[in-house]
Amino acid sequence: MALLKAYNLALGYDGKKVLSNLNFTVETGDFVSVIGENGSGKTTLIKGILGLIGKTEGSIEFSDGLAQNNIGYLGQKTNISRDFPASVEEIVMSGFLNSKLSGLFYSKAQRQDALRLMERTGIIHLRKASFSQLSGGQQQRVLLCRALCATSKLILLDEPITGLDPIASSEFYTLLKELNNEGVTVIMVTHDVTSAIRLSSHILYLGKNTSFFGNTHEYLHSNVGRGILIEGCPCDSCSHNKKGGRENA
Amino acid sequence: MLEIFSYSFMVNAFIVGILIAICCALLGVVLVLKRYSMIGDGLSHVGFGALSVAAVLNLSTPLYLALPVVIVAAYILLRITEKGRVNADSAIAIISSSALAIGVFVASINGTNIDLQQYMFGSILAVDKSDIIISVILTVVVLAVYVLFYNKIFAVTFDESFAKATGVRTSLYSIAVSVLTAVTVVVGMRMLGTLLISALIIFPSLTCMRVCKRFKTVVICSVIISVLCVVLGLFTSFYFDNIPVGATIVIYNLIGFLIFTVLGLILKLKKKH
Repeated sequence: MALLKAYNLALGYDGKKVLSNLNFTVETGDFVSVIGENGSGKTTLIKGILGLIGKTEGSIEFSDGLAQNNIGYLGQKTNISRDFPASVEEIVMSGFLNSKLSGLFYSKAQRQDALRLMERTGIIHLRKASFSQLSGGQQQRVLLCRALCATSKLILLDEPITGLDPIASSEFYTLLKELNNEGVTVIMVTHDVTSAIRLSSHILYLGKNTSFFGNTHEYLHSNVGRGILIEGCPCDSCSHNKKGGRENA
Repeated sequence: MLEIFSYSFMVNAFIVGILIAICCALLGVVLVLKRYSMIGDGLSHVGFGALSVAAVLNLSTPLYLALPVVIVAAYILLRITEKGRVNADSAIAIISSSALAIGVFVASINGTNIDLQQYMFGSILAVDKSDIIISVILTVVVLAVYVLFYNKIFAVTFDESFAKATGVRTSLYSIAVSVLTAVTVVVGMRMLGTLLISALIIFPSLTCMRVCKRFKTVVICSVIISVLCVVLGLFTSFYFDNIPVGATIVIYNLIGFLIFTVLGLILKLKKKH
């Protein structure tokens, strides 16, 4: 079932268009990687989906019980100061903001949810620890856990492994893929194309002049994706120059 | 010891001082963590300018001019800082020094240098009934905002874009914080002085961040430290004549900061072993 549908979408800042004529559909359970060069508008797209910037043209439709503020978001690291005095628990719990209850206290159900999600993301033992004293990989897990508190449906990640060492990155990807298998839909902006191809069901490529959306198989056989394959195509039945996917010139 | 409370101006000073200390600490935590520390400093200078102009115009209640001017200035300063422009701090510096210059200029034309001295370094005698009323209302509002919206305040302070994405109207919180800061600064500066009120905003939270590692403990600890320094400062300046109360309070804050810094280092070393 379609969770999110972008139709003829155009986004930009201060009247300057960064993205235009974008069409894609994200189904429940998909793992979509958004790739493309610097400045191609990946972060802009994320901000557009979250409603942090207004759209210039077109529409984004949410369905299957998803509302715009019902998305878990893990932003680029630069937004958060590393020396902020906060415990892991405080940060994780702040993910519940979109639910009605606010004020000084969280409900018992929310506390239990938070415990379960901290267990799931492997940070339960760090519950009382100070965020500023964690490693980069642990910090990303905390922020992922907060995103999961905000939603059980769709999480948006903006370059989540930037600055992580290879082991921490691979652990983070494994966790993300497991969550995806458990039914959480994932949209991830990344520069790590190899991992994107390995993990994703679909690829959204944003280029300066072209964009592409299709499943990973289609992407690998498209004009934009073909350059990625260094060796032969892993699939049995292809001539490796078949044009696939929906390309927007 | 209790003789101090037989003077009604001292009682007034204690009431306003403690209330302002609570507000400064609560707002200071947000301002410091959001890297808005300079706003408090800028506002106190704008407040000085406005109070001087009010004195020249012979207004019976200078607050009526100072409050709206500083609130507008708070909004402007916030927008400048929020946009993340490269020269945001330069812009704040220009605004503060201009306001200070205008204040000094206007006050000198009028020839009332006594007020100038008082606004610069503060005076317990400057506290009157209207200050008490305003500071009581202000403290109630600040406390209510903190209690009712504590979790949202945490979220906006920690990660504004996440909070915004989850549907919190973050700009509302920023405006609320800047308006409340503006009122705090205007009420506090007459007692503590233009040059020192911003210290009261910045010091307590920075001091507590040396030791406390949770947001909640930083907030609570800041309030305690802030009130303690104001009370100690008032006692000291009462028993040693001619010492301005503002300077005394800042010195106590400095001592607290140094103690907590050392304490923080000791805790860090202990953890390593």
